[in-house]
Amino acid sequence: MEIHKVTSPGGIKAWLVESHANPLVAIRFAFRGGASQDPKGKDGVAYFVTAMMDEGAGDLDATAFQERQQELAMRLDFDAGRDVMLGNLQTLTANKDEVFDLVRLALAQPRFDDDAVERVREQILAGHKFDENDPATVASHAWDRTAFKDHPYGRPVKGTKDSVAGISPDDLRDYVRRVFARDKLVISVVGDINAEDLGKALDKLFGDLPERSELVTVAQAEPPLGPKREVIVMDVPQSVAQFGHRGIARHDDDFIAAYVLNYIIGGGGFSSRLMEEVREKRGLAYSVYSNLYPYQHGAVFVGHVATKNEALAQSLTVIQDELRRLAEQGPSAEELKDAKSYLTGAYALRFESSTSIASQLLWIQIEELGLDYVDHRNELIEAVTLSDVKRVAKRLLAADQLITTIVGKPVEPSDVKPEGAPG
Amino acid sequence: MVEWMLDHFTAALDPRAGLIVAGLTFASMAVAAVAAETSPSDRVREFTLPNGLHVVVIADHRAPVVTQMVWYKTGAADEPQGDSGIAHFLEHLMFKGTERVPSGQFSKIIAKNGGEDNAFTNHDVTAYFQRVAKDRLGTAMEMEADRMANLRLTEEDVTTERDVILEERRSRVDNDPGSILQEQMMAALYRNHPYGTPIIGWEHEIEALDREDALAFYRRFYGPQNAVLVVAGDVELDEVKELAEKTFGKIKATGKANKRIRPKEPKHDAEVVVTLEDPRAGRTTVQRYYIAPSYASAEPGEAEALDLLMRIAAHGAVGRIYKRLVVEQKAAASAGGWYTDSGLDSGRLGFYAIAGEANTADEIDAAMTGVVDELREKGVTQEELDRARAAHIAEFVYNSDSNARMARQYGGRIAAGMSVADVEAWPERLNKVTVEDIHAVARKYLDDDDSVTGILKPAPKFKSSIADKPTRTAGKGKS
Repeated sequence: MEIHKVTSPGGIKAWLVESHANPLVAIRFAFRGGASQDPKGKDGVAYFVTAMMDEGAGDLDATAFQERQQELAMRLDFDAGRDVMLGNLQTLTANKDEVFDLVRLALAQPRFDDDAVERVREQILAGHKFDENDPATVASHAWDRTAFKDHPYGRPVKGTKDSVAGISPDDLRDYVRRVFARDKLVISVVGDINAEDLGKALDKLFGDLPERSELVTVAQAEPPLGPKREVIVMDVPQSVAQFGHRGIARHDDDFIAAYVLNYIIGGGGFSSRLMEEVREKRGLAYSVYSNLYPYQHGAVFVGHVATKNEALAQSLTVIQDELRRLAEQGPSAEELKDAKSYLTGAYALRFESSTSIASQLLWIQIEELGLDYVDHRNELIEAVTLSDVKRVAKRLLAADQLITTIVGKPVEPSDVKPEGAPG
Repeated sequence: MVEWMLDHFTAALDPRAGLIVAGLTFASMAVAAVAAETSPSDRVREFTLPNGLHVVVIADHRAPVVTQMVWYKTGAADEPQGDSGIAHFLEHLMFKGTERVPSGQFSKIIAKNGGEDNAFTNHDVTAYFQRVAKDRLGTAMEMEADRMANLRLTEEDVTTERDVILEERRSRVDNDPGSILQEQMMAALYRNHPYGTPIIGWEHEIEALDREDALAFYRRFYGPQNAVLVVAGDVELDEVKELAEKTFGKIKATGKANKRIRPKEPKHDAEVVVTLEDPRAGRTTVQRYYIAPSYASAEPGEAEALDLLMRIAAHGAVGRIYKRLVVEQKAAASAGGWYTDSGLDSGRLGFYAIAGEANTADEIDAAMTGVVDELREKGVTQEELDRARAAHIAEFVYNSDSNARMARQYGGRIAAGMSVADVEAWPERLNKVTVEDIHAVARKYLDDDDSVTGILKPAPKFKSSIADKPTRTAGKGKS
């Protein structure tokens, strides 16, 4: 696989993997910014924008735009992350020029007609109602609030009832104007297109956007640390818990070792300690896992478990014990070896399709890891030693300082102290 | 529009997303032939071992990786009465061990080889898969063949895993009123056929499943004569054949292929409405299912017409139901639908709509009925058909981009009795569908006597002293 840097005549840069095996082109792009650029009191603007991107642009109203999308058999969707706005486009080679015209309109001339805005607002508010009753979502929102407090990461990406009610078409326009700009844009392209045609396409797609973004500065979040347990009572048979604390930043020298460590803790499916102890040995949960989220302004380590109300306390104790044991003793040499052989061997699986390759290349750009990262990533994993992982386990894991949010009706264990209403 | 709404409902179709999936729609079918210059037979080839194992090889040399899938032609609809959930339970237990693979090591060994694995169960099939680097295919195949014939289960494995499955049921069903309602709707829709029984099983029957039930199901249905092996990725037929002969080829057929004759649905004489009021229901939601044939059970041409009917009626923001209910009448916040086309004996047409702040269930139900009446009376327009067909066929190309998806989709169709040629002729058959064909299937299958309407309504939240304090229940936890 050869990755080429392409610069368009207008100066827009992208990474390209040319492949003519299938008659399609996959483009992934991102604007740095994301939901953390939502103005205070207008939580959910970025998410609202993503839902408006097929609701009309230029002289096409929502219905005309959506019918045109179907005619062109294209796939286009947007996603609001904490730090980035993600765009995902796929087109058949045969339709690509017309598709690029339509996407250019969507990016540079979104209409935000009143009726379309009201329609989408209703959908977002209906979505909130489902989220409010979904134990995992409630636990996750509560965790963010508790961990990040007043920082933008503490606010829900989809907004609140009040904030969404207060978002106007002008708020949406303002967000697009500030964030959809060429200086914060990264692009990866995979498929049936050569560098010259891509150069022209890039100018067409993104050339109408303003050169400079107007992002507000987002402060570094204070690293979240407990101990804190919050129980939100919901009448469900199974309690869902999210637990975790501060993590390790993507550019920290220990990040790769932490990544390997997380595989051993709870990132490695059936090969992970948490799965072994909670599910395989005790049958306490169907799903238990952990992740590192190295957000740009504050990294976290977060895990999830769901267990019947009667045994949730036991699940949490098992998890806490396991985290403590890992911090004290670290993993075994064999665990490290197995983790490395999985992580290095499975890296190739991420490059199986055009869309998955495009996604990998996009994240390498977002995280500024360099064009050669694909080639030396496995060496970085191989270089992690047992003493690295032990050191990082001590540094990362704080089993007695977890922030845990529980949603359900857990049978009260002696150490659960309800914190009252979430806030 | 908010995509989440559609995902939420289409992902939560009766065979649930995740490990229990059956939402293999033909719309997401990957047909290599459409994507490639080469003829289909160059990329998709097949052979059968003397023991009856049907092997399909899909060559895709873009990356040095392969997907292996074994599909057993058995699922929840083949369970003995009273043992609901045993097909899915056995799927979990297949990861326990054999003489050669110690208990609980299967997935760990795959992981040590840099691979990923999983499995899923639906009413008609149970499938196991691994994604590995090409040079590890031999290991994956040895292990998959080994557990086809040599499963070992201890009492402890079985008891612990039963608890895991009860937790899985709580996660998928009991914690989600939408899933509870869908389970009830399926039970009402299929009054005699086992599709009315949930794939994961009823809780009280799962609780009673044991080691002997699992082994009996295993002995009855698991064998090379009852399976399809699909290998997709950086391989050619000859190397797969050599590996398969050395591994699966050593297993003796354990009888004849499972005939899969299930109880048939009687004629339905009344439409059914199922209502669930639950404090956890976020918004009032109305869903309606109609029994219709699947690709496997349909008369020639009917499934293709149903496929396009539902694309036009209910797909995304250009679907009829969204246009009428959401854009024009403002009777709902969102609306859509689907065609469940993959069953062996029967399929379903589904519609859903979610209330906006001010909408009632009656208003939504009436508007939904209006859309169905219009389809029945007037069918669809040529313009709608042309647009929908172009988008539908394009899905092939998008899906042929991934060998994992191709393995899944070819395997699913072939396990449901189709030939490779049937699968590959699909775009041609789709091209023959006319507006008259679509109108005919709309009139025939949008029959209210064959429907179930499910209404989910928020009930007032139950307030009690537990609202500010976790409860202490009578039973005691295991701790």
